[in-house]
Amino acid sequence: MDVVYYLIQNMLPVGIPLLLVALGGMFSERSGVINIALEGIMLFGAFFGALFVLNVQDSSMGAQTILLLGMLVAGISGLIYSLLLSFASINMKANQVIVGTALNMLIPAVILLFSKMFFNSDGITTSKSFYIREIPVLGQIPLLGEMFFQRTYLTVIIGFIILAIAVVLLYKTRFGLRLRACGEHPHAADSVGINVYKMRYAGVSLSGILAGIGGFFYAVGVMDGNVSGHTGVAGFGFLALAVMIFGQWKPIRIMFAAMFFAFLRTLAYSVSLIPFLFDLGIDQTYYKILPYLATMVVLALTSKNSRAPKAEGIPYDKSQR
Amino acid sequence: MENYIVEMLNITKEFPGIIANDNITLKLKKGEIHALLGENGAGKSTLMSVLFGLYQAEKGEIRKNGKKVTINNPNDANALGIGMVHQHFKLVEVFTVLENIILGVEPVKSGFLEMEESKGKIMELSEQYGLKISPDSLIEDISVGMQQRVEILKMLYRDNEILIFDEPTAVLTPQEIKELLQIMKDLAAEGKSILFITHKLNEIMEVADRCTVLRKGKYIGTVDVDSTTKEELSRMMVGRDISFSVDKEESRPGEIILSIKNMTVASKTHKNNAVRNVSFDVRAGEIVCLAGIDGNGQSEFVYGLTGLEKLVSGSISLKGKDISKASIRERSASGMSHIPEDRHKHGLVLDYKLEENLILQRYWQPKFQKNQFIRFDEMRNYAEDLIERFDIRSSQGPTTLARSMSGGNQQKAIIAREIDKKHELLVAVQPTRGLDVGAIEYIHSQLVESRDAGKAVLLISLELDEVMNVSDRILVIYEGEIVGELDPKETTTQELGLYMAGAKRNTEKETGHAGE
Repeated sequence: MDVVYYLIQNMLPVGIPLLLVALGGMFSERSGVINIALEGIMLFGAFFGALFVLNVQDSSMGAQTILLLGMLVAGISGLIYSLLLSFASINMKANQVIVGTALNMLIPAVILLFSKMFFNSDGITTSKSFYIREIPVLGQIPLLGEMFFQRTYLTVIIGFIILAIAVVLLYKTRFGLRLRACGEHPHAADSVGINVYKMRYAGVSLSGILAGIGGFFYAVGVMDGNVSGHTGVAGFGFLALAVMIFGQWKPIRIMFAAMFFAFLRTLAYSVSLIPFLFDLGIDQTYYKILPYLATMVVLALTSKNSRAPKAEGIPYDKSQR
Repeated sequence: MENYIVEMLNITKEFPGIIANDNITLKLKKGEIHALLGENGAGKSTLMSVLFGLYQAEKGEIRKNGKKVTINNPNDANALGIGMVHQHFKLVEVFTVLENIILGVEPVKSGFLEMEESKGKIMELSEQYGLKISPDSLIEDISVGMQQRVEILKMLYRDNEILIFDEPTAVLTPQEIKELLQIMKDLAAEGKSILFITHKLNEIMEVADRCTVLRKGKYIGTVDVDSTTKEELSRMMVGRDISFSVDKEESRPGEIILSIKNMTVASKTHKNNAVRNVSFDVRAGEIVCLAGIDGNGQSEFVYGLTGLEKLVSGSISLKGKDISKASIRERSASGMSHIPEDRHKHGLVLDYKLEENLILQRYWQPKFQKNQFIRFDEMRNYAEDLIERFDIRSSQGPTTLARSMSGGNQQKAIIAREIDKKHELLVAVQPTRGLDVGAIEYIHSQLVESRDAGKAVLLISLELDEVMNVSDRILVIYEGEIVGELDPKETTTQELGLYMAGAKRNTEKETGHAGE
């Protein structure tokens, strides 16, 4: 039983960044813009979030306050960086995949450069610990308390709150209905007076905010406060894209997909704790391939039935019929 | 002075290189159905787009109830009570009917969508006007006819009183057309004013009160429908007399060109076979028409015949050569020419130039290729020759993008390509769909000419008039089977209709497939 608790406790902080970034991708693609720059935006958000933490970690602020403020900083930086994608792909009607790729390539290099210039290292490492041993009251709930509210991070709770907001926003509000219309049939949206450009800006900006936050949560919950230009976010941005596709652009399914990948990753890193796997005598490095291998297999199996928003990737052109 | 609800006065709208609307005036009375008639490219859609706010006119003014108004976008039009059913529906396929109707004017309660209230209002409207819908179905699951009713409800839900219908019947089956025309009459009786863009004269004669005719961007005139005739209207539209019957000599069938035996083709949408055990021959020098109501296996039959789909069983031979398993290129090279049903999907590469589209069937021949390179000079000469001979009109000649051409001229390009290529059999699938009378006349004459040149012609058509006028022999297809063979000279439209509806058959029912 302890192993199960351990796996779940460790899965959640890994799954949450994936979830948030995939939700970001979902908002962007539902509005009709492919956001392949998630990886770059994550790293951008993580860097500024960590920079903020680095500057305030020695002050008297409480750890969780710093986390919340860092999240804010990361979200805003992600938003700003995503505006480049919006401008290029919505206003200038550039190819969205190319712009996204360019944005992805830019960030690790920039971080390396600045880190070398100012910190004489490959990145920055914060020393503030955001770890929570046990959340009062909730942590005492039998079974669930130990699984979800002990040895955890605040990021987990925030992640699920954002998921709930995303569901409501997408399906229960006017904004969500219009956003989805723009990703499916922008001409239909336009003909009933919806500003397609505005909605697409909104979709990409949401993805920027969520990817920025996701990047920061990755740095906090997975990397123990380290952001490096070399390792970046270890392909989590792309993994999030896979999660989004596996989740069929639907928030709840995306949550399950994110947790599936997170579970595999946690499993891969905990082989020595699980006697059954450990006894197999396979080099533990091979297990670390698991989440990435699973991505390929799952996508290969599901992509035939996957139904992406119809108009994604196509710059909106009023005059085209 | 009469009372007009909308007046469009001296509207001029130019596009680079072309004047789409040249000083056009259109006046709409309250409660009337006003048809707007013209050939493809006459400027009807442009004029309506100006009224709906999609384009702004350079000159002229629009008045509503006598007062001058400016319409800069669809929102302005909507605020003035102007709604439009577009030719290509503007519906989100994965949304429900309800969501599509309220999109853009969604009622919200404390920030959240409030669907029940609007559902009530929509169902009321639906009953009041006899517009049957199922509000919670997805658009992708409902018929084209219902999609159109959704579009109409979209306008009614917004309390629009001026309704623009842009070629609404082009995508409908005869039964659905009948229903739609009745709905339009009901709407007009309720006080709605309707602008009806079309090039189908029968429909105008049936429902419209008045008709304004445009030709090549110019205003020709407005007439009362009661005091005019189809002939008069078509003369105004085309500028010359049009014959509604096809002039042709008696056919002289020769040797068998196409022979189909027990052909069965699977369906993509359901488990049963879409085409079941079909056998027939087509001879040189005759036009055989495969008639039937849409969705009875015609499309799948053509896919099987032309190689777009594999056969489940059966054989096809062309001039005695078995081509049942041949590739599309081989079939084409053996003498099969194909004018496809969907000219955008299977007929043209829309983002290629006209000249490139014209050599799609032949680019690999030595005439157009040397050392693996396209011979661009030959391509240009050939394209110019075809454009001249088949009168394909476009803004930039051979270098025009296919996408930017009008439907009629796109079709002419396909016909030019397929007829000019060496062929023994011409398969024409709904070749006149969505085209105006001038273009239809032209295409029919091309089919007859092809026949008289000793080719076998297989025409697949849904239009009863076309079936009766053009063909030498009619085969009726119903639920994937040939249920009748008729002689157009001896049968009547009514009888043909009975066969098409499955109420009558004169071929033996096959029993072998009962277990399929």
